[in-house]
Formats: sequence, structure tokens, C-alpha cells
Amino acid sequence: MNNSLSNTTRLIGAGLRALLVLTVITGVLYPLAVTGVAQALFNNKANGSEIKSGGRVVGSELIGQTYNLPLKKGEEAPAPDLKWFQPRPSNGLGTNSVNTQYKLILSGATNRSGDNPELIKWVTDAKAAVVNDNSTPTYKVKSSEVPADAVTSSGSGLDPDISPAYAKLQVHRVAEKNNLDVKQVEKLVEQNTDGRTLGFIGEPTVNVLNLNIALKELTEK
Amino acid sequence: MSPILAGVLQLLALIAALALAYRPLGDYMARVYSSPKHLRVEKWIYKAIGANPTAEMRWPAYLRGVLAFSAVSVLFLYVLQRVQGSLPGSLGFSSIDPDQAFNTAASFVSNTNWQSYYGEQAMGHVVQTGGLAVQNFVSAAVGIAVAVALVRGFARSRTGELGNFWADLVRGTVRILVPISVIGAIVLVAAGAIQNFAGIHEVGQFMGGSQQWNGGAVASQEAIKELGTNGGGYFNANSAHPFENPNGFTNLFQIFLILLIPFALTRTFGRMVGSLKQGYAILATMVTIWIGFTALMMWTEFHHGGPAFDVAGGAMEGKETRFGVGGSSIFAVATTLTSTGAVNSFHSSFTGFGGGITMLGMQLGEIAPGGTGSGLYGMLIMAIIAVFIAGLMVGRTPEYLGKKIGTREIKLAACYILITPALVLCFAAAAMALPTPVNSMTNSGAHGFSEILYAYTSAANNNGSAFAGLNADTQWFNTTLGLAMLLGRFLPMVFVLALAGSLAEQKPVPATAGTLRTNKPLFTGLLVGTILIITGLTYFPALALGPLAEGLAS
Repeated sequence: MNNSLSNTTRLIGAGLRALLVLTVITGVLYPLAVTGVAQALFNNKANGSEIKSGGRVVGSELIGQTYNLPLKKGEEAPAPDLKWFQPRPSNGLGTNSVNTQYKLILSGATNRSGDNPELIKWVTDAKAAVVNDNSTPTYKVKSSEVPADAVTSSGSGLDPDISPAYAKLQVHRVAEKNNLDVKQVEKLVEQNTDGRTLGFIGEPTVNVLNLNIALKELTEK
Repeated sequence: MSPILAGVLQLLALIAALALAYRPLGDYMARVYSSPKHLRVEKWIYKAIGANPTAEMRWPAYLRGVLAFSAVSVLFLYVLQRVQGSLPGSLGFSSIDPDQAFNTAASFVSNTNWQSYYGEQAMGHVVQTGGLAVQNFVSAAVGIAVAVALVRGFARSRTGELGNFWADLVRGTVRILVPISVIGAIVLVAAGAIQNFAGIHEVGQFMGGSQQWNGGAVASQEAIKELGTNGGGYFNANSAHPFENPNGFTNLFQIFLILLIPFALTRTFGRMVGSLKQGYAILATMVTIWIGFTALMMWTEFHHGGPAFDVAGGAMEGKETRFGVGGSSIFAVATTLTSTGAVNSFHSSFTGFGGGITMLGMQLGEIAPGGTGSGLYGMLIMAIIAVFIAGLMVGRTPEYLGKKIGTREIKLAACYILITPALVLCFAAAAMALPTPVNSMTNSGAHGFSEILYAYTSAANNNGSAFAGLNADTQWFNTTLGLAMLLGRFLPMVFVLALAGSLAEQKPVPATAGTLRTNKPLFTGLLVGTILIITGLTYFPALALGPLAEGLAS
């Protein structure tokens, strides 16, 4: 074995040159080529699947957002605007702690375990709120009807979807708050429900932003 | 269709897709590492490196190549993060602190991709795309190179020569990882993943106002993140983030990419040692464990034991609607039985047993099918242990693939299987014994201990996933996890290459009536048993304090 200094230097030099050449291939040429193809062929998707409504961008089809009333004095968190379909809770979202010249949203989960007291309280409170918010004088929601996604935070905190069951649960409330016929709103939910790809891949979803855009169009008719 | 049935059908579709790719890819990779021809682009690269790709290396030379390249990589990535604040194309993000920069450099070079930083707020385009994603390629190529060197050790006799590290590194990158990643990235963009170099920009919101979003070369990083079993997400939420993994199809496709090379390498192995059946026996072992773990995971997650999940009526905490319990369970097992560590759902919020399955998957040594390259060499070490145990039972010197497993070989294999548990258990014990590391826990009780056990299991096995309630951005965790990742990656490689050298020097022993048939189902059964027993004996006490206690209580 020859471990002399000059040999080591030679080897490190070769390693560095290898890294630089491979950086050019995998860190410059590869991403640029993929970006070129992506921007040319799938421009909207490559840039975040933004959606327009009423002539302005109202978000990305892929990124969940909140539909809340403005924060009132004395409130810790803004109350949901019950006119609109509500997304899942997002207790794991954060705000950026470094590079604070920006106001970025940090994607993330709560990471609470199933026996965590805080999580048990969040879920219990969320369930009570879902039952309370969605019960109307003519339609009472039972606690057992609330699906799991309605009371749990997603992995990203940015889940754009809710389950069809949670969407259906909100139909009576949304119809009442917007003075619409329940049937009309039910139809909206049906139209905005995506089944599984090829019938078995993924889970059925309802995209909340698309649904609320459709709802807005209906109310403005 | 019930979610359970949909989950099972997704698993079957995955198996079918992997089976279709198995032969062509496995044979192709065997040709890549055996061909005497060099592509023109490769010749340019060798010229730039100043290496002669036809010069055969004995194991010390091969190892020196691995270590020199990796050392340079750690240093380069460290410096890149430390000067980020002055780099153009970095969104004006500041430089990374020394302890976190060391941790991240160690993490990406060791194929771990543990992340103590939040991607969207900390790493600009240059570091992500020109630094981290590059290591996604080359660390995977290094892993395959070491595995191929071990396979050559079995295949060759009376030589000690294991091939040329630079040629293996370059071929793995240029002929395998880059082409598949290009296709993978384009599929991901076509299905909705983002791919741009936009800066931080305002996106209008439905209720008025706007949000600030970060763009980036996400799809291109995503493809190699899965294909190279790396797992470092562009965003903090990793493959749960809709920009990385927008729908059920991309989810299944990402799992496919994770498992593609590790499974196919068993075919490459069979081809190179001249007996496809030997490859099938290894493959069967991997598949048995993988399917068994996936079935267990689906069972416990659909069953959703745990107080909070009982109230909610399902284990959807930390899981995305579009993937559901089925798609999340399949992903979680694939990512922890390989060295990937990407997550589409947060393991900390799995059921007690579900979290335990992810931990046990890593503790097996990530060999079913394991990381790119590292899975194959890890499994071959276990095969050596298995033939050794079988040899002890009948009282004869064990052989594997026509090579005698003597004192030197078994010592090296034993060192291999001891080093990772030693790192995991010693570091976890130290963290529990010291006063401050436990302040990083989010959960208390058994799950709090699990957060720490998971962290060192993930680091030393080069996985990179986490029970992410643990605040790991402290000097203690950045430093010790960084060390665990480096030692857990490169010490095993030392033993593997030394073993390869020793095997290649031997002359082959002819098979006799007394030779254990290592190409038969009996051997697969023996191997599965050996793996489960060794891992079980090593980790049972630690697992009993963490996930088992939590799972049994709920």
C-alpha cells in the first residue's frame, strides 16, 4: 500500500475533478434539459398548476389554502368562513424562522403520536366543531358520520383535497349559508369529485379550491 | 371499492411493473459493468479525471477511490452551503451554520438524506440542484459500484482485482441513473410536479391576498431522489408535498422508482456470477420480507389502534387524502426497507406498531431490497452469515458461490453486521443519558424514546426518514447524527471491499454433495430466518421500550 503524501494528493485531485465533471452533467445539464422539456411541453404544470377565477390567479390546484373570516380582535385563530367548503386542519404548518425577509409557509405535519394528549385534544375539538358547524336546523350531523380526514392534519399541511365523505357532510351548511338548493350543491360536489386513477390508484378526492370556485360561480349567477 | 382492496391492487400493480422491468434492467446493468467498451462522453470524463478506466484495482485501491471521492464530496458540499449567502441564484438565502452544513454534507454524501433543515426556507437553487441533487446521483453510483465490486469478488478467482472505481462510478451515473432519471422526471412533470427556476413569488389566494411560494427544479430532483434511494425532499414535507408528489399515480410511480434498481440488481448479480438462480434466491428473500412487511403495515394502519385515531375514526393524521392509508403504507415500507427515507406521510403519526415496522425495516440493515447497491451487498453479507450458520449445524466449512467462507471472511461479515447496531444503540443510549438531547422531543413517554431511537436507526442505516417531532437542528444531533451517517456508510464499505478482495483471491471450490444449495427455496427460508433472528436479537430490548410499548398500550 502506498499512502505517501503525493499519492494521496493525486487521488484527492482525481476525486475533485470527477466531482466537478459529474456536477456539470447531473447538476447543470440534467436539470436544465428537464426544465427545458417541462417548460415547453407542460408549461402550466411545471409552474405550479395555477388556477384563475374572475380574471385573477386564486391559487394552485395542488396547494391547499384556508377559507377563513378576517381575524377579529381577541381571537387566537381566525374562524372559518362557513359560506365556503372547508379544507382539512393543518396544525403542522409553520412559518419561516430563517431568511425572514420572506414570509414563507413551511410545509409539514404535526408529528404527534396516537397517544399524544395534544393530538387527542385537537382531534376531539375538531370533531365537535365539524358536527356543530355542519348541523343546520333541518340537518343534524352525527359524530359517527365525520370522516377521519376532516379532523386530522395532513402530512404536508397543504393537502388540497378532502374526502368525498367530508365534502358531502358540508353540503347542507354550504347550501344554507349561500341560499342555494341542497341538490344544486350536491351536484357541484359530484362534479368536482375525482375517482381513483384507473379505478384503483390513490383515493377519491374533492379538490377544495376547484369546488369553491364552482360554488362562487353558482352564487354569482 | 374499499380502500383496503384498492391498496392491495396497488401493491399487485407495483409487483407487476417491477417484474416487467426486472429482466431487461438487470441484464442491462450486468452489461454496463462488464462491457469493455467506453462511450465517447465517458472517454472525455476519464480524460478530465485523469484516470485510466481499464486499470484493474485491488481492494485497497478501490477503497481509496471510494473514500477520496466521498471525502471531496463532503468538503465540497459543506463549503457550498457555507458560502450560500454570497452565491448567485440562491434566492438571497443566508449561509448554513457550520453544524448543520456538516450534518447535511455527511447526510447527502452517505446516501442518507437526513434533513435537519427546512428545504423551502433554507436551501437556494444552487445548493439544491448543483449540490444536493448531484450527490443524489453520485452517492447512489458509489453504492452500486461497491456492490458490483463484491459481486466481482465472487465471480473472479485467483486475482484479487475488483475492477476500476472511476469506471464504475462514471458508468453507473451516465448509463443507468441519468437516463432513467430523465424519463422519470418528465413523467413526474407531466403528472403535475413542478420544474422551474422561479424565485420566491406571490400567488393570489381565493379569499384575497397572496402567499409566497418557492419554485425550483423539483421534478428532476424528485426522480433521482427515489431512483437513487436518497430521499431528501425539496420541501420539508418531502413526498407529501403536492408539488413533489401531486397525485395517486405519481405516488405509485415514486414507489416504483424506489424499488426498481435494488430489485433488478439481484438479476445483475445472478448474471455476473453465472447463475441466474442464485440471483432469484436472493430476490425471493427480499420479496418475502417486503411483502410481509407491507401486509403487516396495511393491517395495523387500517386497524388504526391509538387513542387519537380512535376518536378520529382512522389513522389519517400525517397522511394525505389523495394517497390514503393504503398508498401511505406501501410507501412507508418501501422507503424504510430501502435506504430511501423519502416520506409521503409522517411516520411519527403512524400507529405504534406501524412506526415500529418502519424502524424494524431499517434495522434489518435495509436489505429487502435495500438501497441502490447497499441493499445487494448487505443481503450478500447476510447470505454469508446464513451459510456459516448452516455450516455450523452440519460441521463443515461453509461455501458460498464456490468460495470458502473461512475465518477472514466471517470476521469481515461479522464486523459488517455489528457496526451499524453498535452505532445506533450507543448513540441512542448516550442521547437518552445526557441531560439536554431529550429536550428535543415533541412527544413524551415511549414515543419520545422512539423519536431518538428512530433518529439514530435512520442515520446509521443511511435511511434519512424521521419521527420528525424530534428537533434535530441542535449541535448535539447535527454532530452525532452526522458521524453516525458517515461511519454507518463507509465502515461497512471497508468490510465489504476487504471481503471482496479476499474472495477474488481464492480459487473456486467445486460443489460436492455436501454443499448447501444456495439457489433453492430452502436457502431462501434459511436466509429470511437468519435476518429476522439476528435483527430481532439485536434490537428487541430497544424496540420493546419504544414502539412495542406504544403499540401494545393502544
